[in-house]
Amino acid sequence: MKKENSRRSFLKNISLATFSALALSGCNTEVFDEFLQKNFRTLSKKEKDKIIKNLELKYKEKYGKEFHVSDKPAMEGTLFGYALDLSRCVGCRKCVYACVKENNQSREPQIHWIEVLQMEKEKGIDFADSNVQYNPEKVPEKGHFYVPVQCQQCRNPQCVTVCPVKATWQEPDGIVVVDYNWCIGCRYCMAACPYGARHFNWGEPTVPTEEINTEMHYLGNRPRKKGVVEKCTFCIQRTREGKYPACVEICPVGARKFGNLLDPESEIRYILENKRVLVLKQELNTQPKFYYFFGI
Amino acid sequence: MNFIRFITGSIRIIFHGSKTYFAWLIFLLLLILWGGSGYSKQLAHGLIETHMRDSVSWAFYIGNFTFLVGVAAAAVMLVIPAYIYDWKPIKEIVIFGELLAVCAVIMCLGFIIVDIGNPLRFWHMLPLIGTLNFPSSMLSWDFFVLNIYLLINLVVVTYLLYCIFYKKEYNKSFVLPLVLFSVPMAVAIHTTTAFLYNALPARIFWNSALLAPRFLASAFCSGPAILLILFQILRKTTKFEIKDEAIWKIAELMVYSMFIYLFFTIAELFKEFYSGTEHILYWKYLLFGLGEHKEIILYSWSSIIMGFIAFLLFLIPKTRKNFITLNIGAVLIYSSVYVEKGIALIIPAFTPDVLGQIYVYTPSMTEIRTAVMVFSIGFLLFTILSKIAISIVFDDYNIDSLNRMKNKK
Repeated sequence: MKKENSRRSFLKNISLATFSALALSGCNTEVFDEFLQKNFRTLSKKEKDKIIKNLELKYKEKYGKEFHVSDKPAMEGTLFGYALDLSRCVGCRKCVYACVKENNQSREPQIHWIEVLQMEKEKGIDFADSNVQYNPEKVPEKGHFYVPVQCQQCRNPQCVTVCPVKATWQEPDGIVVVDYNWCIGCRYCMAACPYGARHFNWGEPTVPTEEINTEMHYLGNRPRKKGVVEKCTFCIQRTREGKYPACVEICPVGARKFGNLLDPESEIRYILENKRVLVLKQELNTQPKFYYFFGI
Repeated sequence: MNFIRFITGSIRIIFHGSKTYFAWLIFLLLLILWGGSGYSKQLAHGLIETHMRDSVSWAFYIGNFTFLVGVAAAAVMLVIPAYIYDWKPIKEIVIFGELLAVCAVIMCLGFIIVDIGNPLRFWHMLPLIGTLNFPSSMLSWDFFVLNIYLLINLVVVTYLLYCIFYKKEYNKSFVLPLVLFSVPMAVAIHTTTAFLYNALPARIFWNSALLAPRFLASAFCSGPAILLILFQILRKTTKFEIKDEAIWKIAELMVYSMFIYLFFTIAELFKEFYSGTEHILYWKYLLFGLGEHKEIILYSWSSIIMGFIAFLLFLIPKTRKNFITLNIGAVLIYSSVYVEKGIALIIPAFTPDVLGQIYVYTPSMTEIRTAVMVFSIGFLLFTILSKIAISIVFDDYNIDSLNRMKNKK
């Protein structure tokens, strides 16, 4: 009996020792805290505030700049929608790079949330014969038109359905977001997305310090780590502050339109009512809030 | 206390064996080291060490996973014919089938872990502390059924060995329901894995109702192939008795499944090629390549040819009843299904990708080494567990021999 007892206390001691060694090995408890951090949607206000404060400090340490990380929730009465004028787009890819800069996408390895497909006018919207790698001196090229594709912010998002750990969800304002601290990196969402809108950090992402955008949203453009999935969030850090997404602002031909679908006076509602719109891969019943139309 | 003695007794067996046994263990350990050093590179630098990219975001790892789910399922499904045809050593078939299933499921979980970007966050899938997306996500279903399946098989096989070890009669009303339950569970794990792919409308190549039936048919080719060879080895080296007829019967059942698999595939091909919609692109890529991208043909046709030769060898009674050609056939069908599940099932679903772009994928060295690591761990486990089972079931290693050893000291 005595022997049994000493064995038990030995086990107890050794597990305590391992635990404290683990906790100490991170120099501080930061690594441990991050490992144990809960799903964003189950965090209390207090926990969120603490995490965000720590993040801001950490980024300051790393990049030597002041950062602002927001966790602003969706505004009531908003449902964001997007419309893209196919007859205006010239395929210049300015949106692609504005997006990269605004959203702190990795430069090496390169991640682009927007992909612009060059298509042949003769064939119409036909993915099989489209080309992402087009590289002429001048755009647009004769006989071609351009279809930029990014997250279509589906009302019925397959990516959310398949995620095994609820690391991605649709916010009340319709934006599909990812909790980068909860994503396990299984990439099931990437297999499920019919638009190639989800991108994986195959390696450690890098963003040059001088180019980093310091205005961030927790569910948006804050720096990611390797092994997690990311995607277009309609520039959540801008649009929840009443600004346009970066791609809308940069577009030199005004092909990109953005607004609140619930506001009858909005430009997006005007387009839906007065232009003929289409959505990509309608047959899959994903019900995108990203519309394409022909303005002229 | 009794159970602890059973475990220590079992562990003791592992360290006693012939030279070939130890050579095999060392060989596997070396492979684990070699593969592990490849995997450590992936751990350090991320999945960029693989050839997967955004276009082809799932590949060799998930293919291996799928293949092994099939092995795990088929190993136990063999209990049905063993029962129906009254092959004598049914208890032994259950034990070795379930041991194989246990190791295969562990390898499955291994392939999932090496495939995910944040293996440390695996706990997010656990009930209570994590947020498993059940029942929405098919992956959560798969995780669920695989773990139940692992548990059932582990319990049954441990209990049976434990009873034999203590020379007790096993409790039939405890074992029989579990074994009977494990058979539909075997069907369930492979069906769920098929549904995992099947349920994605974005991936047209997988979005066919025939996927799950094809999975089961192919699993019934590859799983028994391993047991077929294992039974022959056991028969030669231990007291395990299985009649030639039983082995030929397994082979015969494999021919049926090969035929069903062939039929399903032809039905699929007919629909795709005769209707000739744009969906045909993926099959074209698999079988003939698209434009100058023909890298995958090597895999698809080697799988088809190996499968076809195996089919003929198993179909013709003369070659089926000849153990040399039978074993060649078993190896061929195993390899055929491995290449089919490992590459030919996964890659065409991603090539061309959802936006029509072509990224040519073939496994990287890191992926091959990591796969070698997982397989070697599985083989090592299977070797050790089989060693224990053989000693207890055939070599009369039991509690008395353990006591005798103690007394000698």
